[in-house]
Amino acid sequence: MAAVTRSRPRRWRRPPLIADRRVRWVLIAVALAYLVVGAGTIEVNWTRLSEGLARSGRFLSGFLVPDFTSRASDILQGMIESITMTVTSTVAGVALSVPFGLGASRNLAPAWLYVCCRAIIAFARAFHEIILAIFLVAMFGFGPFAGFLTLSLSTIGFLAKLLADDVEEADPSQLEAVRATGASWWQLVTWGVAPQVMPRLVGLSLYRLDINFRESAVVGIVGAGGIGATLNTALDRYEFDSAAAVLLLIIGIVMACEYGSGLVRRRVQ
Amino acid sequence: MTLLRIEGLTKTYPTGDAALRGVDLALDQGQVIGLIGPSGAGKSTLIRCVNRLVEPTGGKVFLGGTEITALGRRDLRRARRHIGMIFQEFALVERLTVMENVLSGRLGYVGFWASWFRRFPADDIEKAFGVLDRVGLMDQVDKRADALSGGQRQRVGIARALVQQPDLLLVDEPTASLDPKTSRQVMRLLIEVCSERGLAAIVNIHDVGLAQMFLPRIVGLRAGEAVYDGPSAGLSADILTRIYGEEDWTSAAAAGDDGGDAAGALRVETERRIVAGAG
Repeated sequence: MAAVTRSRPRRWRRPPLIADRRVRWVLIAVALAYLVVGAGTIEVNWTRLSEGLARSGRFLSGFLVPDFTSRASDILQGMIESITMTVTSTVAGVALSVPFGLGASRNLAPAWLYVCCRAIIAFARAFHEIILAIFLVAMFGFGPFAGFLTLSLSTIGFLAKLLADDVEEADPSQLEAVRATGASWWQLVTWGVAPQVMPRLVGLSLYRLDINFRESAVVGIVGAGGIGATLNTALDRYEFDSAAAVLLLIIGIVMACEYGSGLVRRRVQ
Repeated sequence: MTLLRIEGLTKTYPTGDAALRGVDLALDQGQVIGLIGPSGAGKSTLIRCVNRLVEPTGGKVFLGGTEITALGRRDLRRARRHIGMIFQEFALVERLTVMENVLSGRLGYVGFWASWFRRFPADDIEKAFGVLDRVGLMDQVDKRADALSGGQRQRVGIARALVQQPDLLLVDEPTASLDPKTSRQVMRLLIEVCSERGLAAIVNIHDVGLAQMFLPRIVGLRAGEAVYDGPSAGLSADILTRIYGEEDWTSAAAAGDDGGDAAGALRVETERRIVAGAG
């Protein structure tokens, strides 16, 4: 009995991720060296830092007395533009994401359609909103229309991909059961796929509404209209009190969106 | 009269696995058979080749007068309406209500928009209530499918298959996710509705004891070939060895591998009786 126990190993260690000890240590050494060299190349300009801090003090004091009134009509117009841009681009983006997302699902679409849709989605995802906005402003001129196109495109890139991934993860046995009844492709989508992915699709669409509102402020800075343009103007004129008013409004609206979408998401689960 | 005829059915998956190697099978109207065999013998593939959820690589399947294996997509959908299917993990659409799950059995008969707006013909609604009443779920109609117990879910699965008014049921391990008592109740219900409606059925089942208890004719599948086709009483130890491989079929831990309780003991007793009868 004792002999049997002794013959078994009494030490065990989890196998390391990189089996070769030398490779492991070389990798660690390289990473550390890179960190040291990289940190050495950062130049900190202390005078500029202190000036910037002083400016941020003025900025903060502007925040304490936000001025909603003197630029009220600009702010109002910017807000209306932004909200319009947000809502329209989210609706258009979601509406277009559904066909692209279904087409980009391997378990629903034939191979050629799958490849096409995945390529379109990858293209829409390849560029950041700001880059898209710069292009679209150059193509369609200043104003909220360019912003609408930007946000719609990036909504497709975001939502169609997540929807497609979700559809591909849908329980295949439920799809099989619906298919076995003699259902058509569209019935398979509405009766087998939709119930499985709908709660997440609704949640993601509302989340995208949040994102689109925040992005609408950003794309305004490069000329695509909306509250971002108003904010940019205020900062250019050193009107920190008006800028603070705009920022507070953005924060308020984003928080309201977040709260609202949380409520809806809990309902649809 | 022959309802289903399978001739030389083969299926080789793209990976190169030969799941079926020339299976012949004929099924009369109203006849219920059990399909037994070890895991990977091709039981699931066989029944999925009948309604072409899995596309066979060779051979023919006839249902009534039509050659299922020769149908185009549209006609295949029509043919599938006459073939009900019942699944191991129930395969209900979890977020839909019991009624919606049952009505999904009528999808092949209604147009897209009618199904989108849940506007089913009054006849279909009546049929759905009829089968729900038969399986004893009249008071669960508007519950969501994921709120039901295992046994109740499989009853919904049976109702969904029945509301299609099929000629043939394909049943894939109906009891594998159920406890022994519920398993027997579900099997009993299945056999009863088949005889009431004159339905033929192929029942995949890995529990030999349960198969012998409820199914008079057994087909044994091993590595994609039918190695036994005969009365369940003829399943001797020799035959079981031919289907499953070497094992002591007369002692306690017999083919049913999810037993170990009262039902397991009973199963063993049934088997003993049958083995004794055969020998």
